Amino acid sequence: MEKIDTFSVLNLSIKRGDRSVLRGLGFNLISGLLLKLIGPNGSGKSTLLKTLAGLIDIEEGDVLSDGISVMGNREWIARNICYLSHKNALKSEFTVLENIKFWADLWGCQNKILYSLNQMGIDYLRDTPVRYLSSGQARRVALARSLCHPAALWLYDEPTVGIDDQGLDYLSIAMEKHLAGGGMIICATHDNLRIKDEMVKNFDVTKFSVSLSSSGDDWS
Amino acid sequence: MNTHFWSVVKRDIKIGWQGGSTSSMVVAFFIIVVTLFPLGVGPEQSVLARIAVGVIWVAALLACLLSLDRIFQADYEDGTLDQYALSRLPLELIVIGKSLAHWLTTSLPLILITPVLAVLLNMNDAALLPLIYAMLIGTPALSLIGTIGASLTVSLKRGGVLLSLLILPLYVPVLIFGVMAVDAGISGIGSNASLLFLAAVTLFSFAITPWVSAAALRLALD
Repeated sequence: MEKIDTFSVLNLSIKRGDRSVLRGLGFNLISGLLLKLIGPNGSGKSTLLKTLAGLIDIEEGDVLSDGISVMGNREWIARNICYLSHKNALKSEFTVLENIKFWADLWGCQNKILYSLNQMGIDYLRDTPVRYLSSGQARRVALARSLCHPAALWLYDEPTVGIDDQGLDYLSIAMEKHLAGGGMIICATHDNLRIKDEMVKNFDVTKFSVSLSSSGDDWS
Repeated sequence: MNTHFWSVVKRDIKIGWQGGSTSSMVVAFFIIVVTLFPLGVGPEQSVLARIAVGVIWVAALLACLLSLDRIFQADYEDGTLDQYALSRLPLELIVIGKSLAHWLTTSLPLILITPVLAVLLNMNDAALLPLIYAMLIGTPALSLIGTIGASLTVSLKRGGVLLSLLILPLYVPVLIFGVMAVDAGISGIGSNASLLFLAAVTLFSFAITPWVSAAALRLALD
């Protein structure tokens, strides 16, 4: 893992299509902290994560890592960001291990596969085809895969959807471990992550979201 | 970089042949379409011999078209495309890899089954070799051009019909030169000129597809 000390977002504005979604958003994250994005459905949490992952173009503002702009820097993103959207990106045709192995090869971290399966408590599923998994199990597999990623910054979009109590415990332990090792996490969730309070910083997206009614769209 | 590229290709080939196996269905579709013609136009041997090459080419275009939406659709829906876009492998390279896998899993089997269908249609013996050459050179263009269409329609829920409308007109040059190559081969003029044109179409689509398709995918991922 390449260490990042500070990750800052300055005065960020994001448009999707013609519609402004977020305006003037900014925060500062230091290593070892989890930024918990809160806000009602549709307030722009997923859009923010997707933007930080480089999938949506930034209209205005800047993204800095240790003071250097990394906005739209694909090479930096590939090395330092692990993004898990609400989609699992698993192929039902393959087994759990085959699925994870493909990405681990691409990310250059094959040695962490078994460990991360173990961390999410799904060793026993290793040779099961993904099409036989329940949605919670599939989510755990997706989480285990993201644990393989060597990135310092994790972007998690609703990681807890569908996973049970035990799964949540496993996830919390893995997250705390990542934070303790100097990593950072930005996570959109409505659940209570069982992570030490001093490691969590809440960030309310609502203040920066442009509501549908005020954006001037009449949808006609 | 190189090994990653091949692992993307291998993954798509495996998916093509596993789970319901789209590839074998495409081959079956090709065979059925071709066998419908003798039923439709009658068993007159000379008529069949005359239309054989055109029928095989058109059936190949349609079979290829049928399988285009699977190039990106599943990856888009399950989030794999997001992960590809984030990875260190350029999206352009992934596009080429998926296009190559599409060719290997659809067009190549069609070419392999063509000699059998040629017999079925009473095709002139002298036409077979030029037809195989023309298909080997021309079908990569079908996959490449189709990849552009697939990436443009990936975010549409029912993009299949639109995809056909977009792509079929672009397939016309391949069809024309593909048939001309065989005709010239039979008549003794030599099919080189048409084969070169086919090669030009394939190379041109190879040159533009990665860029166009990757740009379209980035828009779709927004």
